[in-house]
Amino acid sequence: MSPARASVRRHARIACSPDDLWALIGDPARIQEWWPGIVASTVDGTSRVITTGAGIPIPEEILTNDPLQRRFQYRITGPMVREHLSTIDVLDLGDGTSLVVYSADADPSTMALVIAGAAGNALEHLRTMMEGPH
Amino acid sequence: MGRKILLVTTDQQRYDTLGCNGGTLARTPVVDALAAAGIRYERAVPQSVVCMPSRATILTGQHPTTHGVWMNGVPLPVDAPSVAGQLHDAGYRTALIGKAHFEPYFDPFMRFAENALAATGTTPPNGTHRGFEHLEFATHGAMGLLHYARWLRTEHPEAVGMFYATVDADLQVNAAGGGDTGAAQVKVNPVPRDWYHTDWVADRTIAWLDSVAADDDWFCWMSFPDPHHPWDPPESEMGRVDWHDVPLPAGYPESAAEREAILDRKPRHWRLWYDGTLVSNYEAPAAWVPATMTADQVREVNARNAVECELIDEALGRVLAAIAARGWDDDLDVVFTTDHGELQGDFGLMFKGPYHVDGLMRLPLIWRPAPRVGATPSVVTTPVGLVDLAPTFCAIAGIAAGDWMQGQELPVDDVGGPERVLTEWDSELFGVAVHLRTITRDGWVCTAYRPGTVHDGTEGELYDLAGDPLQRENRWDDPAQRSRRDDLLSDLWDSQPPVHEPKLELQAPV
Repeated sequence: MSPARASVRRHARIACSPDDLWALIGDPARIQEWWPGIVASTVDGTSRVITTGAGIPIPEEILTNDPLQRRFQYRITGPMVREHLSTIDVLDLGDGTSLVVYSADADPSTMALVIAGAAGNALEHLRTMMEGPH
Repeated sequence: MGRKILLVTTDQQRYDTLGCNGGTLARTPVVDALAAAGIRYERAVPQSVVCMPSRATILTGQHPTTHGVWMNGVPLPVDAPSVAGQLHDAGYRTALIGKAHFEPYFDPFMRFAENALAATGTTPPNGTHRGFEHLEFATHGAMGLLHYARWLRTEHPEAVGMFYATVDADLQVNAAGGGDTGAAQVKVNPVPRDWYHTDWVADRTIAWLDSVAADDDWFCWMSFPDPHHPWDPPESEMGRVDWHDVPLPAGYPESAAEREAILDRKPRHWRLWYDGTLVSNYEAPAAWVPATMTADQVREVNARNAVECELIDEALGRVLAAIAARGWDDDLDVVFTTDHGELQGDFGLMFKGPYHVDGLMRLPLIWRPAPRVGATPSVVTTPVGLVDLAPTFCAIAGIAAGDWMQGQELPVDDVGGPERVLTEWDSELFGVAVHLRTITRDGWVCTAYRPGTVHDGTEGELYDLAGDPLQRENRWDDPAQRSRRDDLLSDLWDSQPPVHEPKLELQAPV
């Protein structure tokens, strides 16, 4: 049997300061700037609704937005998942680079891969935004 | 004017489903006639036994290790080399109609170009996509973002619910059974035949050909989604084959004890999957246990599969008639093949996975050269690969093969041809990893296992294709075959293609 839930993680090492990254990642209304496939977002307190490129509105609840730890956590509360938690950590590597780690836990397990797969692409896009094309 | 090229692919079709290859269930007179007039390959081998890596090999002329699509769900980079691009640059009109699957289907963010294109039309914004100037996509049913599903939802919305739901509420490949026997991925589908994707692909191909000027050269990849599961052909056609009369395939041992004894002579994951204790990949229903499959279910799946093969043959016949009506037949090369096979009851298994045996590895492949070149009809027994298609298309067009291509022009007889054919499997899904490397050469197929979740890297399979055509006797540990095994392994490791760097990420389940 395939597992009901799964955790899938993606990461990127990006040559810029964690503060610059956090300015984007820590602002929930700016997600469409760095996540290809999200075309709009609206934020109301701890509620956010993103709209995907396929026109699907996805309601989310923001659980953590901690500028000291540089940790952002949210939960999809709408269709496609029974349960979900995504965590984004921005870590200072102390050498002028930062590590961005995206972890998706989801039930059903397939959605963990769909979400983290898109996040991996978003982290590569974020790297290009911050560093320029290689 | 040069030669026109019609590449016809099906999805997940076994070698023995064609009359010209000895099949007795499906009537395939159109493909049989192409084979009689051209070259029929008796051992065409895919470089991967799942869709995305194999289709990327057809397009790029490279092994999966090199083009980088190491499993389903890994998108082929948009700037990957493409034989269609090379032909387009040489002046060919180019189209891909039907199933592409170079990019994942699971795409709620609509990040992938194929899904996005289907929302906007049939012409890529930059003129070509992967070398094709015209693209119309279809897959196995009415769901999803592609052209066929959109057409069906718009023109015949009442038909959407008629098809089998390919995934379940958990977004896993659906294990639900249907038909008369309750076989997984089977459904009685009342959809009218001319709304079904097989006829849609042919209709759209004919429509595109109608748009091409008489003196244009063209390369058209017509790609049928069938006979891949689900097995839900139009019920109006099911009278062609009564499943009650379908003989059990030679590869299906009716006795459970015999099946289990055969599986126990193979590496562990075979039996673990059969018993339902290990799911290594996404391509078969995770909730389905092969050991529960009945003989009647095998019969019904084979009957439905045969009907789908007949519909493809008839659709191809319509397209060839349309081409002949344009006066192009004498200049037309037709290549008919598939991306990989289907277990379809062999060893008591169904669908596909990391199992490098004939059910998945022996493919139909027919090349009917343009009649005006006067090729002598032949049968080629030398192993060839799908990696050889791209350089063959270049040769047909009279242009040099791309220097990135790793195959060679298909042989027209048993003189020449590749010395060996390589196949590979890599999967890493939810903590289960399986890695295989296989060589087909000198009448043997030898598979080495790299370390993974249930393999320590010492396991393997070695089969004598002539003496053991059903691959029931694994000779890997046979002392009498030790030197042969070691020779094949040495060649296998010495022949590994260059590795794509960086390793591409898995972005979706399929």
